[in-house]
Amino acid sequence: MSQKYHYLARRLHSFTGIFPVGIFLCVHLCINSFIFKGPEAYDWAIGLLERSPLTPYIEVGLIGIPILYHALYGVWVTYISKTNIFQYKYFRNWMFYLQRFTAIVTFLFVFWHIYVLRIARIFTGTEMDFATIAAWLSDPTIYIIYIIGYLAAVFHFCNGIWSFLISWGITIGSEAQNFVMCVCTLIFIALGVVGIAGLTLLSKAVVLIR
Amino acid sequence: MSDVILKIKRQDGPNSRPYWEEFKVPVAPKANVISLLLEIQRNPVNLQGKPTTPVIWDCNCLEEVCGACSMVINGVARQACAALVDTLSKPIVLQPLSKFPLVRDLMVDRQKMFENLKKIKAWVPIDGTYYMGPGPKVAPSVQDERYLISCCMTCGCCMEACPYVNPKSNYMGPTCMAQVKLFNAHPTGAMYKDERLDAIAGDGGIADCGNAQNCERVCPKEIPLVSIIAELNRETAFRGFNRWLKGKPKGPGLAAPG
Ligand code: HEM
Ligand code: HEM
Ligand code: FES
Repeated sequence: MSQKYHYLARRLHSFTGIFPVGIFLCVHLCINSFIFKGPEAYDWAIGLLERSPLTPYIEVGLIGIPILYHALYGVWVTYISKTNIFQYKYFRNWMFYLQRFTAIVTFLFVFWHIYVLRIARIFTGTEMDFATIAAWLSDPTIYIIYIIGYLAAVFHFCNGIWSFLISWGITIGSEAQNFVMCVCTLIFIALGVVGIAGLTLLSKAVVLIR
Repeated sequence: MSDVILKIKRQDGPNSRPYWEEFKVPVAPKANVISLLLEIQRNPVNLQGKPTTPVIWDCNCLEEVCGACSMVINGVARQACAALVDTLSKPIVLQPLSKFPLVRDLMVDRQKMFENLKKIKAWVPIDGTYYMGPGPKVAPSVQDERYLISCCMTCGCCMEACPYVNPKSNYMGPTCMAQVKLFNAHPTGAMYKDERLDAIAGDGGIADCGNAQNCERVCPKEIPLVSIIAELNRETAFRGFNRWLKGKPKGPGLAAPG
């Protein structure tokens, strides 16, 4: 029985990386992109999730539990691998290592991020809006931590798409795998640029308002 | 004849402490690493001029078909018999494979791989009580694909380079995955197709692969391990869904217990 569940557990980890965690990340970034339309639009967008009657169920069932499962199992999977990047200096071996390195960075970032912006709010009752987040990000240390955490998460997601497609036997030949790698690289660059621009805008916003 | 310095990681037995010893060995033109080790065997004196025990290693065919002489040469797992001294950077550093139990010096016990091959039924079932006639025909395209995989000599290089083959994990390694494909692609071997897929969908199976893809890079036989693993990822997933959606097949129970 444990045999059967080993395969299932590992594949569920792979699956949750895209559905729903990866999908959530995309939606989350779309919501955050309203920063480019100004403070009112941003408040309206992040308020979307808060106003829905389904929110508690979505937050626990579609975000919380899958992220927890993927993250905790991911830490285990990272722990049982034995890195050999200096012995076998191949590109893919480095990406394999980076997938695990960014996993740990993302782990620290995401849980801190969720705690500060979502869980702490339950106790303090602070309204989550443009002003609060902009004030928060105007601290240079927080801003730098966000840039690092964000890039790690996005790298992990993009390289994860490549890896996911192999883990499920969708891309089999090297041509298909390399093609997907090019697409994933483009997605990473695009998300990276847009994200940094958005975070920079948020971090400077307080100054602008004053 | 010029001289070359060899740096060898030695260990007197499975439970002894490893240590490094250096040797200065004369090389003939076009020599391989095995001939350097033979030279040490002939004259077991280390770089400091002290007599020592000869270095132990394993080898057999001397033409890269048996896999026995695998070791870590300048950091990378490969066959000592196929490692030409002229092409190696000096000093040459030799270490035993680290993912297998050590016997002595450069000799390891690769038995674990053969045990894993039993788990996946890496054979064609032809034993019976009567003559079963000639085997079915195999299309040349399938022969081509199978030929490449059949070159596998269970040398262990792919295991050595894989980040998921280590004491913390039970992963059977890429060798086994290649053999599943080899025997599933054979018309008679395919009788065990589902059993093999179930075996690699179990503990230590294919799901442990993390797509580092080192295996294919170090494989001396250039077996397309990456595509083989990806294809079996697909087949195990389909098999899993099907088994669940269809339910267990009913019948009088002629199939041998998987
Ligand atoms: C550009 C960087 C990011 C910004 C500006 C940002 C902003 C925010 C904000 C304002 C909230 C609270 C408002 C809300 O509840 O919707 C939030 C919540 C959250 N963020 Fe982010 N985020 C960023 C990156 C990420 C990343 C990379 C992840 C990882 C997947 C992530 C995961 C989450 C989660 C899980 C929540 C809690 C959502 C909830 O339960 O409502 N965020 N984020
Ligand atoms: C929060 C901490 C996280 C940890 C510790 C973590 C850990 C890991 C690890 C170790 C892998 C490699 C699995 C393997 O090769 O078998 C992985 C794969 C993956 N992760 Fe994460 N991850 C985290 C967050 C995320 C997030 C936020 C996303 C999505 C936005 C994500 C998406 C993926 C995807 C798509 C894969 C590829 C699955 C596969 O290779 O089959 N992960 N994760
Ligand atoms: S001795 Fe057989 S492969 Fe080297």
